[in-house]
Amino acid sequence: MAANGDSQTVSEYIVHHLTNLTYGKLPGGYERYDGSVVAEGGQWTMAHGADEITAMGFNAIHVDSMIWSVGLGLLFCWLFRRVAVRATSGVPSGLVNFVEMVVEFVDSTVRDTFHGRNPLIAPLALTIFVWVFLMNLMDLIPVDLIPHSLMLAGVEYQKIVPSTDPNITMGMAIGVFVLMLFYSIKVKGFGFVKELTLNPFNHPLFIPVNLFMEVVGLLAKPFSLGLRLFGNMYAGEMIFILIAALFSVGLFWLLPAALLQIGWAIFHILVITLQAFIFMVLTIVYLSMAHEDH
Amino acid sequence: MNINLTLIGQLIAFMAFVAFCMRYVWPPIAGAMAERQNRIADGLAAADRAGHDLEVAKQQADERLAEAKREAAGIIEAANKRAQAVVEEAKDAAIAEADRVKAAAAAEIEQERARAQEQLMTQVSALALAGAEKILAAEIDADKHADLLKSLAAES
Repeated sequence: MAANGDSQTVSEYIVHHLTNLTYGKLPGGYERYDGSVVAEGGQWTMAHGADEITAMGFNAIHVDSMIWSVGLGLLFCWLFRRVAVRATSGVPSGLVNFVEMVVEFVDSTVRDTFHGRNPLIAPLALTIFVWVFLMNLMDLIPVDLIPHSLMLAGVEYQKIVPSTDPNITMGMAIGVFVLMLFYSIKVKGFGFVKELTLNPFNHPLFIPVNLFMEVVGLLAKPFSLGLRLFGNMYAGEMIFILIAALFSVGLFWLLPAALLQIGWAIFHILVITLQAFIFMVLTIVYLSMAHEDH
Repeated sequence: MNINLTLIGQLIAFMAFVAFCMRYVWPPIAGAMAERQNRIADGLAAADRAGHDLEVAKQQADERLAEAKREAAGIIEAANKRAQAVVEEAKDAAIAEADRVKAAAAAEIEQERARAQEQLMTQVSALALAGAEKILAAEIDADKHADLLKSLAAES
């Protein structure tokens, strides 16, 4: 509900919801929202508005994304560690059952897809699946609940779904990419270079063409991995925000908007699980490819 | 869409969480699950074995039972035979005893009869002698005619 006074239009409401709480370095000479000018040498500060965030460039950090992401990661670690401490070969119950179900699910997926022997893959897949799922799950919390509460408490911007932040999804995708490169080189050694240069046309003359194609193919993997998750979650979040904006249009829209909200939320349960699963499976597949020697 | 330091921050957090999971979460849970799987497999195998053992034991018990029945039947048969033999023996003994008793009784009767006869003869002869004495008075000497009287007694 865009109930921040009459001064806020629907588009302002949407933009506000899509702005991260950002801490960063404004360049020297930048004129801030209140007319003050940043001193020479720049200044580290909380950004106010999308323009300032753009001006900060790379020297900025999305505080909300980081807090929610790391917080959910810690929640995952705490929850699963608690079970790991209590895990016995006896009869499991309650939370242990649930966690073991997740572990079993991830383990069987890894077994089906990854045929090598690597003790990293299964824990990696588990972390990705649960963490991404938890981050996506934040999408089901009503869009205004936490941002608006925090706004009343004095925090101006808040985006609580970390996976709608491309930095978060690309950060994970780059992590996967680093592992892909590491294992490609570790397992194949020089074979990795051959794979990049002598595929698909096995002739010395074609090395530049091959190299170009293979490198593009290689880089496409982390990009598609990170942007797929980001795109799905961003679009989903956007629709939640649009439905929420409907509430402010008029009384007539109250019921349809509520129904839409419920419908989209139910559908989104599927989407967030599926996206977490896809991210996990693709990670396993990419790492499996990195291990396969041609 | 602003790409900024958040990317690096997330990358670091990601690696830290994966490392934590790999070191402290996955091995205990997966280990406990594998152990439980083994225990269940062992338990099932033990149950199978126990079932098999039970069957074998049942078979053995049946065999023992049949054997015992056979033995019992044998014992009963032997006992019957023995009883029959005892009865037979007793019958024989009884018959023999009866015969013996009968024989003894007959002998005794015969003896008694002979004695009675002898006694009777003696009395009769004495009576006859007395009668004759009375008749003949002193004419007949008892000693002299003793042989004659004896032969008479024997004849009667």
